[in-house]
Amino acid sequence: MSDHETGTVRVKRGLAEMLKGGVIMDVVNAEQARIAEDAGACAVMALERVPSDIRRDGGVARASDPEMIDGIKAAVTIPVMAKARIGHFVEAQMLQALGVDYVDESEVLTPADETHHIDKWAFTVPFVCGATNLGEALRRISEGACMIRSKGEAGTGNIVEAVRHLRSILGDIRKITQADPAEQFEWAKRLQAPLGLVQEIHDTGALPVPLFCAGGVATPADAALVMQLGAEAVFVGSGIFKSEHPAVMAKAVVEATTHFNDPDILVKVSRGLGRSMPGLEIGTLETRLADRGW
Amino acid sequence: MLTGLGVATRQVRQPGDLVGLDAVVIPGGESSTMSLLAERSGLLDSLADRLGAGLPAFGTCAGAILLGREILDGRPDQRCLGVIDIAVRRNAYGRQVDSFEEPLTVVGLDSPLVGAFIRAPVIESVGPTVEVLSEIDAIDGARQPVLCRERTITVCTFHPELGDDTRLHEMFIESI
Repeated sequence: MSDHETGTVRVKRGLAEMLKGGVIMDVVNAEQARIAEDAGACAVMALERVPSDIRRDGGVARASDPEMIDGIKAAVTIPVMAKARIGHFVEAQMLQALGVDYVDESEVLTPADETHHIDKWAFTVPFVCGATNLGEALRRISEGACMIRSKGEAGTGNIVEAVRHLRSILGDIRKITQADPAEQFEWAKRLQAPLGLVQEIHDTGALPVPLFCAGGVATPADAALVMQLGAEAVFVGSGIFKSEHPAVMAKAVVEATTHFNDPDILVKVSRGLGRSMPGLEIGTLETRLADRGW
Repeated sequence: MLTGLGVATRQVRQPGDLVGLDAVVIPGGESSTMSLLAERSGLLDSLADRLGAGLPAFGTCAGAILLGREILDGRPDQRCLGVIDIAVRRNAYGRQVDSFEEPLTVVGLDSPLVGAFIRAPVIESVGPTVEVLSEIDAIDGARQPVLCRERTITVCTFHPELGDDTRLHEMFIESI
């Protein structure tokens, strides 16, 4: 077994590859985790409060209680992710020791470091990080992130910010594929990102890791929208368990993500879902979570 | 990867997508999720019919679980297609931190191929007509099959679709 190697880039990015086309749902207890798995979620994100409650309650939001995470791990067979505060590498070490399958270094929790993100290369467990634009995405990848997600305003049920982030990231990728070498240097400077990653995007036409959507998904149509825009999978936070009928909504969002290009199916799964989560206008927010992270 | 080898491909999400195909590849993913969604859309039954009629298939990781005869440690409602005589234990190496890469000796290949095992299943038993094309050493010293073939069905517990070594896909294409 001497050539047996864990924590390689291929293995870490590979799990993100396996989640493509799927839905990852925020859950706060074992019962919600089972509802998510039954609905067809490809993974769950274990956290103490969904983002809309964090937003309402205020105060410092931290990584979840290990006992609660263990309870969720025991309840489902799909991968379990959990959040650590930006820069809080000790919370991340603890999540790795707990055996979570992915760590989300997340702006939804209160940042622990105003300058530095976690050195994610130092871990065997893979990380997902949020990004509002391509420069932020490439900085996170250079720190070792193995999956990037948009940073749509969590807990608002408003998809507009996630759309902005996806359009910005994917639009710049499309431009870079057309850039000549001199322009690639300029892109690296403008994005404050490593030149090597810019050149890789030029050659491949894609991020080196999967790009998922997170933040503000509240309906099956929202999920299909971001998939058609080019997201490769969807995170849903408050959108499921703050809706009127979580189990029905969860199943509908999964179906919509799978068949995102088929309006007939989208109509069918959107009928009679009950109330979606209440939404918030971005202009009225006191805290913009997407501004956290650097 | 298949497109790179000059093969025309399409994604199969619904029963109608199967029409006219010469072979199917069932890739990695969460086997329980795949089984659930394929059952809801009616794809699972159509696929079972086509595979029963001899449609060649290559299943990797979750795909191997779906094609096998028996699932161990799966969800109670999780179905499998039973077109290759193997029993597969789901997610048998532990959590993601236990996922690994290892060089494999493969029957028919002249140099090792590095397999990426991601929350991988273990093939616990194989029927008499199943060819084992590659094995690794289990922790207890026993040999575990990781690449198997029976008639038109090929399965592996690792992910040849990740990376740029295309030899297993070439083998599969040649076998069609």
